Amino acid sequence: MKLKGAEILIKMIREQGVDTIFGYPGGAVIDIYDTLHKTPELRHILVRHEQGAVHAADAYARAKGSVGVALVTSGPGATNTVTGIASAYMDSVPVVVFTGQVPTALIGNDAFQEVDIVGITRSCTKHNYLVKDPLKLARTIKEAFFLATTGRPGPVLVDLPKDIMAAMIEFEDPGEIDLISYRPTYHPNKKQLGKVVRLIKQARRPVILTGGGVVLSKASQELTRLALMTRIPVTSTLMGLGTFPGSHPLWLGMLGMHGTYRANMAVSECDLMIAAGVRFDDRVTGRTDKFASKSKIIQIDIDPTSIHKNVEATCPIVGDCKNTLTLINQMLEKECLEISRAGMEGSVTEESGMEGSVTEKAGMERSATEEAGMEGSTTEEAGMEGSTTEEVCMEGPGMESGISCIQGNPGERDAWLDQIARWKAASPQRFEQGPDVIKPQFVVDTLHKLTCPVSDKRLSNGASDETSSKEGLAQGGDSAGRPQTIITTEVGQNQMWTAQYYLFDKPNHFITSGGLGAMGFGLPAAIGAKAACPEKLVVCVAGDGSIQMNSQELMTSIEAKLPVKIVILNNRYLGMVRQWQELFYDRRYASTNMEMSPDFVKLAQAYGAEGFRTDRVDEVESVLKKGLETPGTVIMEFIVEREECVYPMVPAGGAISEMLLV
Amino acid sequence: MKNNKHILSILVDNQPGVLSRIAGLFSGRGYNIESLSVAQTAENSKLSRITLVTTGDEQIMEQIKKQLHKLINVITVNDLTDKKYVERELILIKVNARTDLRAEILRIVDIFRCRVVDVGPDHYTIEMSGDEGKMEAFVDLLRPMGIIETSRTGSIALPREQKKQK
Repeated sequence: MKLKGAEILIKMIREQGVDTIFGYPGGAVIDIYDTLHKTPELRHILVRHEQGAVHAADAYARAKGSVGVALVTSGPGATNTVTGIASAYMDSVPVVVFTGQVPTALIGNDAFQEVDIVGITRSCTKHNYLVKDPLKLARTIKEAFFLATTGRPGPVLVDLPKDIMAAMIEFEDPGEIDLISYRPTYHPNKKQLGKVVRLIKQARRPVILTGGGVVLSKASQELTRLALMTRIPVTSTLMGLGTFPGSHPLWLGMLGMHGTYRANMAVSECDLMIAAGVRFDDRVTGRTDKFASKSKIIQIDIDPTSIHKNVEATCPIVGDCKNTLTLINQMLEKECLEISRAGMEGSVTEESGMEGSVTEKAGMERSATEEAGMEGSTTEEAGMEGSTTEEVCMEGPGMESGISCIQGNPGERDAWLDQIARWKAASPQRFEQGPDVIKPQFVVDTLHKLTCPVSDKRLSNGASDETSSKEGLAQGGDSAGRPQTIITTEVGQNQMWTAQYYLFDKPNHFITSGGLGAMGFGLPAAIGAKAACPEKLVVCVAGDGSIQMNSQELMTSIEAKLPVKIVILNNRYLGMVRQWQELFYDRRYASTNMEMSPDFVKLAQAYGAEGFRTDRVDEVESVLKKGLETPGTVIMEFIVEREECVYPMVPAGGAISEMLLV
Repeated sequence: MKNNKHILSILVDNQPGVLSRIAGLFSGRGYNIESLSVAQTAENSKLSRITLVTTGDEQIMEQIKKQLHKLINVITVNDLTDKKYVERELILIKVNARTDLRAEILRIVDIFRCRVVDVGPDHYTIEMSGDEGKMEAFVDLLRPMGIIETSRTGSIALPREQKKQK
């Protein structure tokens, strides 16, 4: 069967189950757009800048847990994608970027809109291709998707010369992809797992560190199960937020430069760290020689290069997080069963225990946690149980004795959780909202209350909780009548406050540019997430600086009818850089003053969106509610405390136990 | 930890851009390439062998090997340093060969078991292969005669076959 090159491309994209792509046309991809025009099943969203296309594809992939696709033209179209590609690379997001290229005969001639994009993106893609042989087109595209989505995922770029897209090619299905040079290790070494079980049983002060790898391998339930079963407190990297419920008492908060005091102290004092899907970024570890220096480290990662790169692991495990955690959980359960069986010979028949699952048991371990002085209201936990404990509850007779065997010495574990509670009491994650100026954290906290199904009573700053139980806000909804909410962020203080004060309970609901820290990510990402999950509410938390880096995508949102809600925390500074200047550069605010900014309300209106603004503390909640309830794309601008800093903070290169607390 | 010299024998897809990926990996991550030699393998035209000499402590070497292996076009990475291997370099040396020096040069050539591949009125071009030590000793001996120019490959190497246990 002969097909046009462009038709093969579209066919191969559709085979991946992708329903939406993000792109921008141009001379070199005009054939592809011509074919797209005739393919209404594949939705094309016209962005206003190619960087936005890649960020949107990135967020689409993350929100959906699949792959994202961007399509751009040659030359400037291609170079504009580089930031988006680099961000997806740092965060290991499966994205396939198709770039147009000048006709093969012109390659190397400095032709109009020619750029060596394969050369340019070599170091920020997982792999990339220039298709020169039309017969290899189909296979290359399939390989690109295969590489992007398997192993440690990442962006793959395919450069498509115009003549190849226009040529009639004999199409042959490439079949299964199998590359001798690419065999990711999904299954962990069983011997190492035995060691893990031993280490967990011996640990007196264990901590779990979860990261983006747990999101990517969809291992959040397994991770949660491990934590609850062993009663080990959990901290997370920025990328791992949501893999363990932020409302759970075992939750320590985020780790690292802007991590909570208790998380950083717990990691500094722990004697065992179970690190899953993390790469020990410098923003997480601070000074590496002081990082978890009293601890043995179990590190689970599918990418061997993540192991021993920054931090020496005592027990490295190369494997998929989901597979590995499942096996560890099974081994721990077996251990429980064996011990309890040995302990209570014949007192309970096996069948009765195995068949009807005994759900109350899960409650027992929980109550122990509460006694250990971990905070958290009981209602929250009830909510939690509902969502995750069906998974978590253990079965089998005599579980208590079994539990204690994998929870270490109960007295020691209680003491450890007590210690964490004391750290928490000594320096909780908090802010003080006075009567006059809006604190940015207050906006995030209120947003969380308004959009999170479970009420949050962490802070008593005057705002009432009743709002959270009121009628749902627009669009679809979960059991509480509210839509699930995906939060994207820009980069900087807005991102950190969101990470700190919006307690994520589920993975894939917090989408941020973690590794690269690309300003301008949040708005296009929100659009991408909305395209992936139209039934969900998508909110972008932005700063007044970063929203301006891709504010043109407002038009995309309106035109494509992908309504997103944008919360701008306006402090008229590039806040994070200003914070460093305040703390480390003697308050010399070089080029961080952003008093000259557009009128964001008018900006919204100019694009046909709604805009609201307030500088009054007592209006924060009402403006948020109004904004979230208003159909279509909305900007909510909050004029916030200008010189508010993100605390706690570990100065760059310092040990994470040496924090600036206020 | 010591910065030791390592010889890596890397089998890669024989495709355009592969060398650039490897070179880019080394420059991008701040690793050092001391020498590099690449050619298609005789046994399989779809593959090339890269022999690369680099230095680094244990931790850096581990990263280099893992990072290389992570490249999609890299099939195997073999660190020959801790193994038994044969290593060769090839050098072409054009040396001043005035009549009064010719006999001495030929004697050295003979001792080192190499050969003269080009002769002119006042030069010899000598081809010599060996490991790095031999090469340096040879060049040092010729230096007083006046070396006009040299061209030298990087190391190439293969592991020795394990002796079969009977």
